[in-house]
Order: sequence, then structure tokens, then C-alpha cells
Amino acid sequence: MTIRVLLPPHLRTLAHVNGELQLGMNAQPTIRSVLDALEAAYPMLCGTIRDHVTQQRRPFLRFFACGEDLSHESPDTPLPAAIAEGTEPLLIVGAIAGG
Amino acid sequence: MSKVRVLVGTKKGAFILTADGKRQNWEVAGPFFTGWEIYHVKGSSVDPNRIFASQTSGWFGQVIQRSDDGGKTWTQPGTPPGESTTGPGGMPKGESNKFVYDTSDKTGKPLTTHQFYDGTQHPWEFKRVWHLEPSLNDPDTVYAGVEDAALFRSTDGGKSWHELSGLRGHGTGPRWQPGAGGMCLHTIVLDPKNQGRIYIAISAAGAFRSDDGGATWRPINKGLHSQYIPDPNAEVGHCVHRIALHGSRPDVLFMQKHWDVMRSDDGGNLWKEVSGNLPTDFGFVIDVHAHEPETVYVVPIKSDGEHFPMDGKLRVYRSRTGGNEWQELSKGLPERNCYVNVLRDAMAVDKLDSCGIYFGTTGGQVYASADSGDTWAPIVRDLPAVLSVEVQTLQ
Repeated sequence: MTIRVLLPPHLRTLAHVNGELQLGMNAQPTIRSVLDALEAAYPMLCGTIRDHVTQQRRPFLRFFACGEDLSHESPDTPLPAAIAEGTEPLLIVGAIAGG
Repeated sequence: MSKVRVLVGTKKGAFILTADGKRQNWEVAGPFFTGWEIYHVKGSSVDPNRIFASQTSGWFGQVIQRSDDGGKTWTQPGTPPGESTTGPGGMPKGESNKFVYDTSDKTGKPLTTHQFYDGTQHPWEFKRVWHLEPSLNDPDTVYAGVEDAALFRSTDGGKSWHELSGLRGHGTGPRWQPGAGGMCLHTIVLDPKNQGRIYIAISAAGAFRSDDGGATWRPINKGLHSQYIPDPNAEVGHCVHRIALHGSRPDVLFMQKHWDVMRSDDGGNLWKEVSGNLPTDFGFVIDVHAHEPETVYVVPIKSDGEHFPMDGKLRVYRSRTGGNEWQELSKGLPERNCYVNVLRDAMAVDKLDSCGIYFGTTGGQVYASADSGDTWAPIVRDLPAVLSVEVQTLQ
């Protein structure tokens, strides 16, 4: 299956991608498995979305899909079917904070 | 013909300013890494085309960038686009943005907490790289001073980083505490005559020295007096803002402390105050003339509560006597209504025969003097707030 992911603009620049990117997945996608695949394909993103060591989501980033905020879900919770089917993207969003 | 390349880190990207040896007509390139805080950009003296940059963000964490063509193009060493993070056999390849504190039983055991603002102990948490200091001998070796305060080193051109944990582990680490800007290791000075000797400074812990290439460390704060800490003469706890030396005489150090301009003639074993006739001895930057070891520059800032020049007049002060006797330098600098700051990494000198002095402000100006500070002019006026200024003298 192919998953669609939309990064915040600064991370798109860092990863040298425009717009959405696509990731091939072999199993039911979760936040953890999507980030694993994302970091494998785009190693420059390691540490920018989740901490290198603790694997915790960086505080000013959130995960949205299908109109739902999934940021506080377990990273191993299966993502909605629309994500797995590729009809909806997983949105990684930077908080509107600071100036 | 000689030329200079000024490397500027700002709150919203990096800029590279170039000019020939006359330093009158400048080309401005950038912004690079748009929208990110660029805490420091510095080139290797061994290979001037190799430049390292610390790119950081409260949202996305730390990234290290490297250029091998003088700043025209940049990559993250060890993590180019499309390459796997693992090499043959599944071993991890370089991860240029990975700074992990040493917690090994052998060397990292005492390195778990430091003092927090409220006096309690707080775990070390990596936040960002404040300062990058390329080796004076090897283009692949570079040091990184980070927040929370620790010293890291890369020996593969920035691909991977390893903590020199003898610094945090030497004994005083649990007594270090953050300054207003965080607990940052912001100054790294390499002794050009003694490869083993490294000076670093931490806010708010003080100055430290290694004589064995970073393996072991000792505090060098004797003579510092800080009225705002419980023991004004404590071994550690001083808010050192910047240290500078002249390469021909590396045992002589100059320091801008939170308050007080200081000097040591014995590698930091003992400091004495040389604030002399400065209108205020608070400030952040300090640097030494390229050819005159007794000529020192500071930018006095009104106070720790008012981070701007006295009376709204931006002034550099120069001492030609190694401190105590200071001369106001004002020609070409704002005479009124100037309320910017000059941050600790935002002054540098070039090595041309007529030494050039450079500094950047939180108002986005970068000022240059091609005559050792006698006259000044802005290179650029409207950059984002300047965090750091370095200069390379190129042939």
C-alpha cells in the first residue's frame, strides 16, 4: 500500500520534496511505522519530528488525519482506513506558536 | 587579491557577505536555511571552502549543515537525500543531527542532572548547538558547544557526534545552572600552539580548560567575582559571556563576563578585572585585533536588565593596552535612538594587513571597519536579528 504524508513547509525544504510525499508500506500503518518509513527514506528528517532517543513527538508538532488530532494516540494505534487506502494524507503540522 | 567572506547567522536564516580586500563593495548572498535560527556559521581554517552551520528550530530540533564549496551549496553530512540511515550490516551511518549525551557506565555515570532555576536538580536535555569550532589542524574535525551545556566532537566532517563527557563529568556539573538564555556551552577556543589545550565557557557555570584534547577538564574561574550568585567567588556558577585570545600569545585570555571585562595571563589560572574606564562593563562580545595582541574590542551594553547601548549610542570600545584604558569608537555608528544588542558570537576580526572588525546586531545590521575600528559602515542594515558573525580571510 502507498501512504500519503504532508510535511510542514520547513521539513519539505529539508527533505527536498514538494507537496505531499508517498511512502510504500507493507503492513497496517501506525504513526510509528509511518515515521520509521519516512526516516528511512528521508534520513535528514531523523530527529526533526520525534526525539532521536526517546522517540517522543516534538512538542510543537502534531499529527492529524481525516479531521482528527491523533497526536496523543499511542504511536502503535492503527491509522484510519482512509490513510491506509491512500485516499487521505497523514498531516504532520507545526504548531502556530511564537512569532 | 585577498578577499573576505563574512558568515552571518540570524534568527531567520544565514547570509554570506563577500568583498575584496578594500572591503567597500559587498555582495550579499542568502538567506540560506530560510526561516530557521542559525546560531553559528564558521569555516575551517585548514580548508576555507568547508563551512559548518548550526540550523535549529523550536519546532524541528537541530540540523547540522556543511558546505564544501565556500557556501554555494550545502548538505547535511551523513544524511544526503535518498540515502539509507544504515550501512552494510545494518550499522547506522552518520547522523549529523544526532547529539546524544554520554550515559555509559564507564564515562557517563555522574552526568544525569544539573541545577535548575529553582535550585532543584534537572536532567540534561539536548536543545541546540550554539557554537561550532572547526579544528585548526584537520578539516574533518569540528567541535560543537550545545545546550544543555556539553561539548561534542565530530571527526568525520560533521556526520556523527560524540560527547567529550569528561567536561560534564569532572565533578562540578551538578552545580551548573542555566542563565537567562539557557544552560549553553557557547564559547570554544582552541589553542593554536598547543593542540591539547581547549578553553570553553558555559552560561552560567564559567570557564573551563582541558590540556589533553578534551578528555579531562578543570574550572578556571579564580579571580572572577559575581555579586549575583550566593558565593561571589565560587569555583563555578559565573556567567561568562565570551573568551578571546590572540594566536601568537595563547596564554593571554580576555573575557567579557556578564558584568566585568577580565584578563588572564596564565591560561585562565587567575583572572583580573580590566574594565577600567568603560562606561558599563556589561556586554557580550569581546575580540582581539589580528596583529596586535594587546588590542581588544568590546561593545558595552547598558545592563543585564537593559540590553542596549548606553544613551542610545552604539559604540565599540578599543583598548590598545590589553584592557583598563579604553577608547570610544563611534565614527560611522548610530549616534542616537539605537537600542539593539550585540550577542556573544556576533563579533569577528579578519587577518588583512589593515585589520577588519565586524559585528552584527539584534536589529539586523552588520557593521564593518576596515581600519581597526577607527571608522565604521554598515554592510547590511535590515537582516533578521543577528546571532553570530564570523569572517574568513581568503587569498
